[in-house]
Amino acid sequence: MNIHEYQAKEIFRKYNVPVPNGGVAYSAEEALSVAKSLDSNIFVVKAQIHAGGRGKAGGVKIAKNLDEVTLYANEILGKTLVTHQTGPAGKTVGRLLVEEGIDIARELYMGIVLDRQTGQFVFMVSVEGGMEIEKVAAETPEKIIKEWIEPGMGLQAFQARKLAYALGLQGVQVREAVKFMFALWNAFDASDASLVEINPLVVTGSGHVMALDAKMNFDDNALYRQADILEYRDLSEEEASEVEASSYNLNYIKLDGNVGCMVNGAGLAMGTMDIIKLYGGEPANFLDVGGVANPDTVSNGFRIIMSDSNVKAVLINIFGGIVRCDRVAMGIILALEKVKVNVPIVVRLAGTNAEEGARLLANSDIDFIVATSLAEAAEKVTAAIKE
Amino acid sequence: MILVNNDTKLVVQGITGSEGSFHTAQMLEYGTQVVAGVTPGKGGQKTDAGVPIFNTVEEAKDATQANTSVIFVPPPFAADAIMEAVDAELDLVICITEGIPTADMVKVHEYMAGKKTRMVGPNCPGVISPGAGKIGIMPGFIHQEGKVGVISRSGTLTYEAVHQLSSRGIGQSTCIGIGGDPIIGSNFIDLLNLFNQDEGTDAVVMIGEIGGTAEEEAAEWAQKNFTKPIVAFIAGTTAPPGRRMGHAGAIISGGKGTASDKIAALKAAGIAVSESPAGIGELMQEILMK
Repeated sequence: MNIHEYQAKEIFRKYNVPVPNGGVAYSAEEALSVAKSLDSNIFVVKAQIHAGGRGKAGGVKIAKNLDEVTLYANEILGKTLVTHQTGPAGKTVGRLLVEEGIDIARELYMGIVLDRQTGQFVFMVSVEGGMEIEKVAAETPEKIIKEWIEPGMGLQAFQARKLAYALGLQGVQVREAVKFMFALWNAFDASDASLVEINPLVVTGSGHVMALDAKMNFDDNALYRQADILEYRDLSEEEASEVEASSYNLNYIKLDGNVGCMVNGAGLAMGTMDIIKLYGGEPANFLDVGGVANPDTVSNGFRIIMSDSNVKAVLINIFGGIVRCDRVAMGIILALEKVKVNVPIVVRLAGTNAEEGARLLANSDIDFIVATSLAEAAEKVTAAIKE
Repeated sequence: MILVNNDTKLVVQGITGSEGSFHTAQMLEYGTQVVAGVTPGKGGQKTDAGVPIFNTVEEAKDATQANTSVIFVPPPFAADAIMEAVDAELDLVICITEGIPTADMVKVHEYMAGKKTRMVGPNCPGVISPGAGKIGIMPGFIHQEGKVGVISRSGTLTYEAVHQLSSRGIGQSTCIGIGGDPIIGSNFIDLLNLFNQDEGTDAVVMIGEIGGTAEEEAAEWAQKNFTKPIVAFIAGTTAPPGRRMGHAGAIISGGKGTASDKIAALKAAGIAVSESPAGIGELMQEILMK
């Protein structure tokens, strides 16, 4: 799960990770009142969307007085930002973070992620703050310094010191940075975060270490024990159809193509998208209906797929293992009594009782296009699109 | 065959839950030697099929000589169940449970270091050696005894590949679902290493997907060390970056973990890659004919 920058900074404050003073605003009036409450002459107005690259897209403005706060708040609120992380459609700004302006002496980078190879969380710092860190990692990997966290032990002081010295910090700044890193690790560890990134981490003109930006992602599997974090979920940042699908326990991701797919299992769902593309079509979605393809899950699946007006044909690909294909076929037929689908439907059933399933489909009143192999299904669904 | 053979004696952790009891019946039907179950608080009872239930894995092992465990315990308690099996010094623990928090698996990973037990999973369909035993949730009947090994990060996509092999008369030595999570017990290299030494395996199908760099590392390792042919498929060529495609581990992040990178690495290592998920069986057939 992703959260907004201002929410991440709330978590930071709770764990004593230094951040600029500021607050969230949903309107220009609120932005002004947040700014008035700050003891500062310069303000930063930042668009709050779940994507990076906001500055370049015009979503971050420096206001030199209160009038400019109102001006920029009006300008940014409601604006659609297109960044390298939003996709071409962009994201509309509904919330702002208004902060005191900070006098910046140095811009650094700090992050914590999972290292899959070692099975440990890894603390990373770089002097290349403010840059796209993926670019730094690809072009100058030696500029990213890492310390791996021993599970059960947590971050150790010597590790934090090594990282602080690697950032070129000196004297009292080292002590401050060590404290900063302990606080950050505690925030990460206690909230089941999957990623934290501070870009930039800054040294202020008066020599203090502070998180100017804050990004946190959380492990979806751990949300059951993180009620406070779950409160931060902003449904307006998510695709409405995906939110609806998750309420049915379906795993749906909307894509840009016109072939809707309904598949059991995540790997096979991806494989089905891939083969549609190989046969010249474009998948409209990823949809994993899971192990139980019963009438309810199938009809909910149809409802979600058909809510996308781009869909011109649907491919159902079920590999029956424990779930029997004749049951799945009955589910499909019953679902189509509830949900109207007016595009061609190609069904491929394989595995347990596949032949009985195919017979049920053929004998029903609905015109299914039945396929026996994956390749045949892909061929038939892409042909149906072209008709 | 590797991991599961005629000497495998299985204890089912979470045997009285709905998943555990259903799949225990399926595994018994396939002929797997299910010798014990564990559900804390239900020790001393028996399942309907007569499998004795114990309170702890250690008791189950002492009483039945179980050497392998399969876990159907719900996600909040699954990491603990894995560690209990490791503490009991079983040879193998296969964790089917999907949705275990990553932080819990980081602790499990550390706990297992230097211990005797091997883990497969979590978030996987399990391991089957056709004819000898089935441990997990895969449909047994699609498999055939034979000499091709299968290693996969996916569930139903593995069944698809196995189905393509069996329908061409190509049997399997052992099929392993390694799991779709970021932290897993056995990776491609661990299992390729076992298949390398297994006289009953002539070739291997390797099914990867987007996310992480396990396929790239396996490709590099295989080029130097693996003596048998490999046929690979990578799912997720059409997956958008930054989105978790069902599996917790299937996500392209920071430009890493794309299907095209993985396919390029596999091809560079001389591994045959099927462009289509429908072409895995056919490609293996061509290679075995040579």
